[in-house]
Amino acid sequence: MEMNQPIGATPLDGRPDGLVGRPIDRIDGRLKVTGRAPYAYEVREPKNPAYGFILGATVANGTIRSLDAAAARRAPGVLHVMTHENVPAQGEKREQVWPQLQGTEIRFFGQPVAFVVAETFEQARAAAALVKVAYEAAPPKVSLKAALPEAYKPKPAQTDPDSQAGDFEAAFAAAPVRLDVTYTTPPQIHAQMEPHATIAEWQGNRVVLFTANQMLNRGQKSLAAVLKIPETDIRLVSRYIGGGFGSKLQIQPEATLAALAARIVGRPVKVAMTRQQEFHAGTHRTDTIQRVRLGADRDGRLSAIGHESWSDAAIGDQFFETAANVTRALYAAPHRITRHRLANLNVPITSAMRAPGEAVGQLAFECAMDELAEQLAIDPIELRVRNEPEQDPEKRVPFTVRQLVPCMREGARLFGWEKRQAAGTRREGRYRVGMGMSAAARLNPLMPSAARVRLDPDGSLTVRMAMTDIGTGTYTILAQIAGEMMGLPVERIRVEIGDTDFPMAAGSGGSFGAGSAGSALYVACDNLRQALLKAGDLAAEGAAFADGRVTSGNRSEALADLAGRGGMEATGEIKPGRLKEQFSHYSFGAHFAEVAVDADTGEIRLRRMLGVFTGGRILNAKTARSQAIGGMTFGIGAALMEDGVMDPRFGSFVNRDLAEYHVPAHADVPAIEAVFLPELDAKANPLKSKGLGELGICGAGAAIANAIHNATATRIRDYPMTLDKVLKGFEEQEARAARRS
Amino acid sequence: MKAFSYERPNSVAEAAEIAAGRPDARFIAGGTNLLDLMKLQVETPRTLIDVNRLPLGAVADTEDGGLRIGALVRNADLAAHPRVRRDYAVLAKALLAGASGQLRNKATTAGNLLQRTRCYYFYDTSKPCNKREPGSGCSAIGGFNRIMAVLGTSESCIATNPSDMNVAMRALDATVETLDAQGAARTIPIAAFHRLPGDTPQVETSLRPGEIITAVTLPKPVPGTHLYRKVRDRASYAFATVSVAAIIAKGEGGRPAAARLAFGGLAHKPWRVETAEHALVETGSADAAADRVLAGARGYGSNDFKIPLARRTLRAVLDEAARA
Repeated sequence: MEMNQPIGATPLDGRPDGLVGRPIDRIDGRLKVTGRAPYAYEVREPKNPAYGFILGATVANGTIRSLDAAAARRAPGVLHVMTHENVPAQGEKREQVWPQLQGTEIRFFGQPVAFVVAETFEQARAAAALVKVAYEAAPPKVSLKAALPEAYKPKPAQTDPDSQAGDFEAAFAAAPVRLDVTYTTPPQIHAQMEPHATIAEWQGNRVVLFTANQMLNRGQKSLAAVLKIPETDIRLVSRYIGGGFGSKLQIQPEATLAALAARIVGRPVKVAMTRQQEFHAGTHRTDTIQRVRLGADRDGRLSAIGHESWSDAAIGDQFFETAANVTRALYAAPHRITRHRLANLNVPITSAMRAPGEAVGQLAFECAMDELAEQLAIDPIELRVRNEPEQDPEKRVPFTVRQLVPCMREGARLFGWEKRQAAGTRREGRYRVGMGMSAAARLNPLMPSAARVRLDPDGSLTVRMAMTDIGTGTYTILAQIAGEMMGLPVERIRVEIGDTDFPMAAGSGGSFGAGSAGSALYVACDNLRQALLKAGDLAAEGAAFADGRVTSGNRSEALADLAGRGGMEATGEIKPGRLKEQFSHYSFGAHFAEVAVDADTGEIRLRRMLGVFTGGRILNAKTARSQAIGGMTFGIGAALMEDGVMDPRFGSFVNRDLAEYHVPAHADVPAIEAVFLPELDAKANPLKSKGLGELGICGAGAAIANAIHNATATRIRDYPMTLDKVLKGFEEQEARAARRS
Repeated sequence: MKAFSYERPNSVAEAAEIAAGRPDARFIAGGTNLLDLMKLQVETPRTLIDVNRLPLGAVADTEDGGLRIGALVRNADLAAHPRVRRDYAVLAKALLAGASGQLRNKATTAGNLLQRTRCYYFYDTSKPCNKREPGSGCSAIGGFNRIMAVLGTSESCIATNPSDMNVAMRALDATVETLDAQGAARTIPIAAFHRLPGDTPQVETSLRPGEIITAVTLPKPVPGTHLYRKVRDRASYAFATVSVAAIIAKGEGGRPAAARLAFGGLAHKPWRVETAEHALVETGSADAAADRVLAGARGYGSNDFKIPLARRTLRAVLDEAARA
């Protein structure tokens, strides 16, 4: 199926009590909590694996002058030490997947320089420490601010780095009310629970990787390019994945190194990155510098919107953070520009992290809107309502469904927004208290996917696709879709995913997983329904699938009987079509936050938070809520604590573990709630659903930042908003007060 | 991690004897700090002496009304002990402000006393660090030093002692009991137990080679309001930016009649300035006390905020004590 026209009535519409949408528990939940769901490192299929350990460069810019692995090779249990001197020939970099151990050039700290394989993990790690590497090192270049003059326009990614409409500069200069502010966001680390891990095993000329990867078919392609073997000679298996958040969208060094080494030692090789290596050998989200300029009339109607963003990438790469992309679709204004510029630095590889673009873009832009509202003395919601566009203001096509205003209104009602006071005026004991809000918007793409379903003679259904579940609940929603389409309970459905031997699927990323893979499955099931009807010579008109049977007219047949002794199979496919360009595809929402700031110490504690979202059809109310509040929790981290601190002398992250790189822990996450407004998006996909994996983070941190301003009357524009920055504001306020008195 | 041999003695004397013969041995109890350091090869002991079987797990009243805490008493158990909660609330509060539930279940009293700094550069063997590699330099000076010390620093080291428990122990004037290989016991006042970095930051305590901690003894309870205020970047599992352990006894008009104040997060050891306590009692002014606590304080860039923060936190704690 190609999405060329809106979907009409579907079998999912007629059953409000159906399986789809119901908050059922994860079908893989019991396996996971009882430790019986093997993650990549725990897979037992490859026998007698050897263990690999990555040695990373200890300089960020330079060359390897000499590398002495003799002691490591002599160390107990060591089978092989792979370095730039003996690594097998590899192909070219593809996307962001580099061939490993190529030459002596060091581009970033932690870049793998050796891979030690031994009988045990401990032996490999100990031997890696014996490899002596001498470097010719130059001072690393890691400051984005210092590199601004040389920042350039990167190659277009999915979209052009620049956009414009009207005459922004003139309109901004002429605007009666102007705001010109610069926000900065720091490097952020995915900090997913499961580190990158792979077991590689060669079976003849074919290599099988049990790995932690979000997009298996993409990984297959890039690994084929790097290993210089046909795609069909690569099988990736990722049945269970302990979080990804973008860090596992592409093949990481541990997988490539394991594949190379396994062939050499003639045994499976298993390797996991350490937490410290995750910060350097893995990917991270770039820091950004973002300038937002808004021009408006005194009623708050925007005439000019400008959003420029600078980010950095590793040497030899052009990945840029599309921070200003969402600004193109959010609010109306006749004159507008967005620009993205990039600097190449001696930093580890920057790449996608949950809601690449929107997550940090809205940290800046939605605070700028709050600043404008403050300047105009207009309620922040009202300001946004006044600038609600009738269509996508840059693409000039209609939105599929846009319910931003209802989300804001409903959120305001549920949250008690009317109790918000003027900035810096609400005091409760030692705490200064404030509320803030933000709009949320996230692109809703559809990606090609395929699925195969098989109805067995016992009446059970097996779903197969190369889809992944990174902890989001994909297993469960696929079972729900298949169950409702076929009239089977989830217990009768076996979902087998995470294997490139199954039909190609979108994978988990960009909020497209559920919609794309789920739609392919929907089509496959629809095809199976047709085949079953045909087999039973039943009329399609009015046919109902329920309780393992299909009823049509006055006849009712068991699906198992119709499938026959050999069972019955069907496949389905989904592809984006003309609707992609004819409409603007976004999910929307609104965040509300209340914070208490300790008036003595500047400590910020979130008190409560609400997100109201529209995500089309909700496939499982429980996992959808988990996605939303998980995203909001990311927002808490982005606003208050996440900060990858780069030491410019060494070009390395200083706080490279989870004790010092802070993400929110339980005590930091109070009562947060997510509410979904009813919506169906018939132009998105046959499920009429929208992506939810990233919407929750978009704008969440900005709502908290705006609440901090409302509490303290201090505007911080440098994320994260830590107590030292709040204190600085307090001390300035106190100094002013002292001068007055 | 480097290969090591493992010993599991059954008596304190045996443990001390093994340690005396092997200068690069380390005792291991909860392992919540040492194992991390070994995996990173910050610590590379040739021998681990597992002390978990030693009979050092008891908490007992002393004759003078104090409390003797065995070296192996777990942080979680100590925080929950009825006498600690009743008579030494500052200690219970400090313990519960530290680490996480899982860590407190493993970490021991002596281990907590000996936990090493959280300086980022100490943990990264690719960086110079005088504490890890004497003479190599201090990367924290001139680097990112948000969590580092502002008092008692040296040109060699600006690391902090990360413990919450130690701060309360300092306020309570605990004493550390030890035994050496010859079987000789000694007691070390907590004030003399942790050292300032000086030019030997690798020497963190006054323990002698092979000497083993057997207990920590608290004198009889100090009357007053017991408070522990930890200012932190997140609500759980974060080390203190600044912490204050305070025991304030109120006199006439609610003014402090007696005070004990110890600070965490500011120095290489729990920081206590007795003249600041006297100043507080004499003047009733938090600022007068803060002036003395922070005399000579010096920021290194990213930790400059700790100096005003310590003063503000002290004010807040004294306000709270006044209201109590």
